[in-house]
Amino acid sequence: MKEILIILMSVIIVDNFVLSKFLGICPFLGVSKKLNAAVGMSLAVTFVMIIATAVTYPIYKFLLVQYNLEYLQTIVFILVIASLVQLVEIILKKYVPILQRSLGIYLPLITTNCAVLGVTLLNIKDEYTYIQSLVNSLGAGLGFLLAMVLFSGIRQRIEHNNIPLSFKGVPSILIAASIVALSFMGFGGVIEGLFI
Amino acid sequence: MIDNIIPIAIVVGIGLLAGIILTIASKLMAVEVNEAVNKVHEALPGVNCGACGFSGCEDYAKNIIDDKTVKTNLCTPGGSEVAMKISNILGIDFQAVIGMQAIVKCSGTLGNTSYVMEYEGLQSCAANKLFYRGRGACHNACLGYGDCTDVCEFDAIKVVDNVAHVDKSKCVGCGVCVAKCPQHIIKIIPASQKLYVRCSSTDSGGITKKACKAGCIACKICEKACPVGAIMVKNNYARFDLEKCIGCQKCMEVCPVGVIHLV
Repeated sequence: MKEILIILMSVIIVDNFVLSKFLGICPFLGVSKKLNAAVGMSLAVTFVMIIATAVTYPIYKFLLVQYNLEYLQTIVFILVIASLVQLVEIILKKYVPILQRSLGIYLPLITTNCAVLGVTLLNIKDEYTYIQSLVNSLGAGLGFLLAMVLFSGIRQRIEHNNIPLSFKGVPSILIAASIVALSFMGFGGVIEGLFI
Repeated sequence: MIDNIIPIAIVVGIGLLAGIILTIASKLMAVEVNEAVNKVHEALPGVNCGACGFSGCEDYAKNIIDDKTVKTNLCTPGGSEVAMKISNILGIDFQAVIGMQAIVKCSGTLGNTSYVMEYEGLQSCAANKLFYRGRGACHNACLGYGDCTDVCEFDAIKVVDNVAHVDKSKCVGCGVCVAKCPQHIIKIIPASQKLYVRCSSTDSGGITKKACKAGCIACKICEKACPVGAIMVKNNYARFDLEKCIGCQKCMEVCPVGVIHLV
């Protein structure tokens, strides 16, 4: 139990996917303009991360390891995640059209999101068990949500300020992102200390 | 040789399996998309301005099909042409669009009024409005930073001489600028309206007069001059009763500050 809590907390705060592993930067910069869109996108990412892990982990353990084909993991995972997202979209369209409409535009974006591929690959690299992998994916998604919500707030503050012309738009956003990432580094070592 | 076949077979197998599952799923869970909705959506101009009262063209198309009481002539940007197309698709009677257009109810050019502050913050009306009550001497005045220009899809509203002006030929009356204006001085009127009062000041005559040479001072001369009783001074500025107005322009002639204008 303690181990699971450590995994969850550290992946949310210390090893935040966006702010310290720098995965999923594209939606982080692209969709964080409005809070609603940021939350919608993050929830969709969390959801896809969990089911992607749930499916790719067994494929790796029972198929690829069996035949010593570990080197195929990247290409197989991309294939699986892409078709999985499509399948999820079809199912949502049929049974939960409201959710599909709100996540609609984000789901295809997630197909090529490196954070999703990253979490499935890192689960295997870190030699987590199945349960630990799922917890890690949940934490990665929640960490993404945290980063997105924080950053959308910061972006709204930036927008309402008078910025020098040369810094307007992307430059000021990138600088803000780097400062947020820097502040998250302050959490290093905190989690291990929490659970002694 | 056999070593090469297994990895290829696995990747091909997974790909094939995923493909088959997706095909079956898309067949089993196909959602019927109403053909008529797509047709109506195509007929609409697609500017998503919201003038029809729905959230975008797609929503309007859906509501026309689902709810028979929704009228086909709500799209002011598309005008009668689009209303005709939609009516043809649905096979119902066609009604002409009631043309609407925006007007700016402020005459506060720099010749008429002045600024009470030197504002150097963010150049937008909404931001300026946060400082006391805006930079104008009259607190109903056009702030002149052009928030309305920024939101207009049709390039129909421009700030000229520090007051927003609507280009009649371009304005479709979608009302996006009305919602954006922090001073609430832009109004949507039917295109049939002939005259309007170019002022929104609700201050009493004396205060308005001090702030702006061209503001409505609520003197009620127009009220007396009107042969049909179509103009009334209420809450310190004159307003029209559209049903009564015959467009004789008598009020325009007698107005001492010249605030009544032809649309």
